[in-house]
Amino acid sequence: MSGFDFVATRLDTAIGWGRKFSLFHYPFVTACCGMEYMSTACAHFDIDRFGAGLTRFSPRQADLLLVVGTITHKLAPVLRTVYDQMLEPKWVIAFGACTVSGGIYRNYAVVQGIDKIIPVDVYIPGCPPRPETVLDGLLKLQDRIQRQKQDWRWARKP
Amino acid sequence: MGPETLIGEIRARLGPAVEGVADSFGDPVLVLRAADVRPALAALREPPFDYAVLLDLTCVDYAAGEGRFELVYHLYSLSRNVRLRLKASVPAADPAVGSLVGLWKNAEWLEREVFDMFGVRFEGHPYLRRLLTYEGFEGHPLRKSYPWRLEQPRIPMKGEG
Ligand code: SF4
Repeated sequence: MSGFDFVATRLDTAIGWGRKFSLFHYPFVTACCGMEYMSTACAHFDIDRFGAGLTRFSPRQADLLLVVGTITHKLAPVLRTVYDQMLEPKWVIAFGACTVSGGIYRNYAVVQGIDKIIPVDVYIPGCPPRPETVLDGLLKLQDRIQRQKQDWRWARKP
Repeated sequence: MGPETLIGEIRARLGPAVEGVADSFGDPVLVLRAADVRPALAALREPPFDYAVLLDLTCVDYAAGEGRFELVYHLYSLSRNVRLRLKASVPAADPAVGSLVGLWKNAEWLEREVFDMFGVRFEGHPYLRRLLTYEGFEGHPLRKSYPWRLEQPRIPMKGEG
């Protein structure tokens, strides 16, 4: 390992550590899963323990998009706009069966999974998912962020 | 006023507008002629009937036959604490019925919903636009002839044509 690689790896680790404990989430809440989101955010389960509890209702101040509930074709352009307005780096969690796959709704109105509109990092199944499942998904995302490599532009590409 | 006398009074007041009478779980059901819906409901809103509340207004698609769409109105009388259901069939070719917006304000949205989902026109509605789907949506999704898996996305979907 060259000296540069060593420094870059240490920096990756430091930046990943910083990012995973400073997630500001934007809750895009549309349906019944929202109640589960509320209970996850409240004192009993307390999402803030994991450094992800600061809710921002401005996409420009958030780096984690929580898509919670049913997304219809009428609403889809709004979700896409919110995602586009978020600054890099950003992550997306699909919260509940509806956002993952359209859930129980196979009809004219509902988007059959939000990955048809925006990229998704972690899928949380369940209708609705238990708060423990949500926290598990959050920990998985934090793990991914910790292991994420930065794109060091001046580094030699393999 | 008992239920039988009430129905008798309504029939006497509305005359030939009432095509039939039925009973559903103790509440009276009247079948109306579609052309008489608006004047009939205007009369029922006034004393002595006093059906002051339009609880709901919806539609059923029976898919076959002449009177394909059936409009269903639910009325409620605050002063006497009784409900009344009214039904009226409209033809499939040109489904249309008189609007109730002048009588009940909430009919505005209810009629727009029925228009959006079933394509029934309400004559006299001030702005009969789609309510639940968007402008540009083709067809009426709660009609039985609507393809049950047809989706009409507003933005391009990944992995589909
Ligand atoms: S996944 Fe279930 S609980 Fe969640 S929004 Fe859909 S229907 Fe509601």
